[in-house]
Amino acid sequence: MSHSSQPAFSSGRLLRACLYAVLILFAVYYLLPLFVMLVNSVKTLDEIRGGNMMSLPKNFTFEPWLTAWSSAQIGVEPTGLSPYFINSILMVVPAVTISTFLGALNGYVLTKWRFPGDKVVFGLMLFACFIPFQIVLIPMARVLGAIGLAGTTSGLVLVHVVYGLGFTTLFFRNYYAAFPDELIKAAKMDGAGFWRTFTRILLPSSGPIIVVTVIWQFTNIWNDFLFGASFADFDSMPMTVALNNLVSSSTGVKEYNVHFAGAVLAALPTLIVYVVSGRYFVRGLMAGAVKG
Amino acid sequence: MQHSLPGKAEATLREILPRLVLSPSLFLILLFVYGFILYTGYLSLTDSRMLPSYDLQGLENYARLWGQRNWITALQNLAIFGILYILICSLLGLVLAIFLDQKIRGEGILRPIYLYPMALSFIVTGTAWKWFLDPGLGLENTMHLWGWESFSFDWIKDRNMAIYTVVIAAVWQSSGFVMAMFLAGLRGIDSEILKAAQMDGAGRWSLYTRIMIPQLRPVFLSAFVVLAHLAIKAYDLVIALTNGGPGRATELPATFMYSYTFTRNQMGVGASSAVIMLAMIASIIVPYLYAELRERR
Repeated sequence: MSHSSQPAFSSGRLLRACLYAVLILFAVYYLLPLFVMLVNSVKTLDEIRGGNMMSLPKNFTFEPWLTAWSSAQIGVEPTGLSPYFINSILMVVPAVTISTFLGALNGYVLTKWRFPGDKVVFGLMLFACFIPFQIVLIPMARVLGAIGLAGTTSGLVLVHVVYGLGFTTLFFRNYYAAFPDELIKAAKMDGAGFWRTFTRILLPSSGPIIVVTVIWQFTNIWNDFLFGASFADFDSMPMTVALNNLVSSSTGVKEYNVHFAGAVLAALPTLIVYVVSGRYFVRGLMAGAVKG
Repeated sequence: MQHSLPGKAEATLREILPRLVLSPSLFLILLFVYGFILYTGYLSLTDSRMLPSYDLQGLENYARLWGQRNWITALQNLAIFGILYILICSLLGLVLAIFLDQKIRGEGILRPIYLYPMALSFIVTGTAWKWFLDPGLGLENTMHLWGWESFSFDWIKDRNMAIYTVVIAAVWQSSGFVMAMFLAGLRGIDSEILKAAQMDGAGRWSLYTRIMIPQLRPVFLSAFVVLAHLAIKAYDLVIALTNGGPGRATELPATFMYSYTFTRNQMGVGASSAVIMLAMIASIIVPYLYAELRERR
């Protein structure tokens, strides 16, 4: 599909140099905040206060990272961010697994076992991807309270499964729509039922879309703040909420180096996923935005 | 008749099994999305304060909402933020995509660098930028230390300018993503069209302005829809960057809704602001989804 047009600015060395200069300048712009966070997370507080944020650390120290992880004051408890990091993992793993599994089944039914009204069902699910979550905050708080899941990690898992379903269904539906119907027909002819067709024919070739969906869900749920801030209590707070508590707490000395270490810790899981499998991450973004 | 019954039951089961499999998800969506929308819509018509109340009072909350200066501020801020965010992201995304499409050496390194902020939480982005924009510690201080004594950049502390710092941070986060969308669009253009245009003697500049950019119309539309709905939903970034301040200078509908519902005990007004937010998003998303679904058939 890629075109082989002539580069628009191939003529003129000067022009081409400008092109590279602009591109590199923007690379600096995108990297700068991360650079500042990393560099200042290994400085002492004195050095940050007295010095330049761009300069490299004179006295390299790993202390802020240890503090952020295990002893920084989050709210009233000096626990560091580690318990909240674990909360996030306990929330993300089941939420991603369940929503991906349901999305795969939904996509399968909506493309290969079509029924009257299936497009309406899909439309309803699709619109659910885009609603502003403010519209569900109040009733969700009531329902979580009523079923005894208020302030728990299980409650957050439920919330993220429900509001992730639209996207996971969208991903699998678009993927399976491109899967040849002839293969399905042949399998049905051979007597394969609903489940066998799914597990033997579709699932084995679903690797890429499962990766895309898992990455998408993982990134979204890990990075969520609104639901965590609304429905978690102190013991079930996810990482983003704990980080915000750490950074915006008004008591005591502001330990910027610890804040940065904490911010990098919160960003690390999604960054690692991005670095390892950026290709799939981009595909997920595209599938969420442009039709598949 | 007698022994066809179990067979018939089995056939019926086989018939409805797919719908049975779909039904838990559909149930969840109907209840937690559409049921909840109705519930919040109902609350917006009641005199709910700290707790939900079911006494209807007509459109009073909406009248109160539009009488609130904070709400008007939130909408004005959303207009400034939304327009600049969409414009700058689209422009920057398009320019970077066209530049990257010039057979650039090192594209494989540059592209992921432009895109990685999208993987970060807005809380992390806000934390980084809050500090970077702080006059005493960040950019202004650095410029002073580098000898540019008169340099001043204190927008984040300035009531009139603070909303623009939200734009800066949000553009940083999302523009790489828009770039990726445009780049995919450019790479997807049929090379035959381009060859034909070049044969006709189209210059490189007009190749872009006349042929390629018009071909990107669907990408512009997708980018607009995605960015507009992100702008209306924007919450985390403001909380982490300015927490709605200084004063209420960076209040947005999402922060307004949260504070009125959960800290100011005006749940009815909060619910009505949520309904307005939903209406704004629906007016953008519904036509778009409708067109997309129809097209695909």
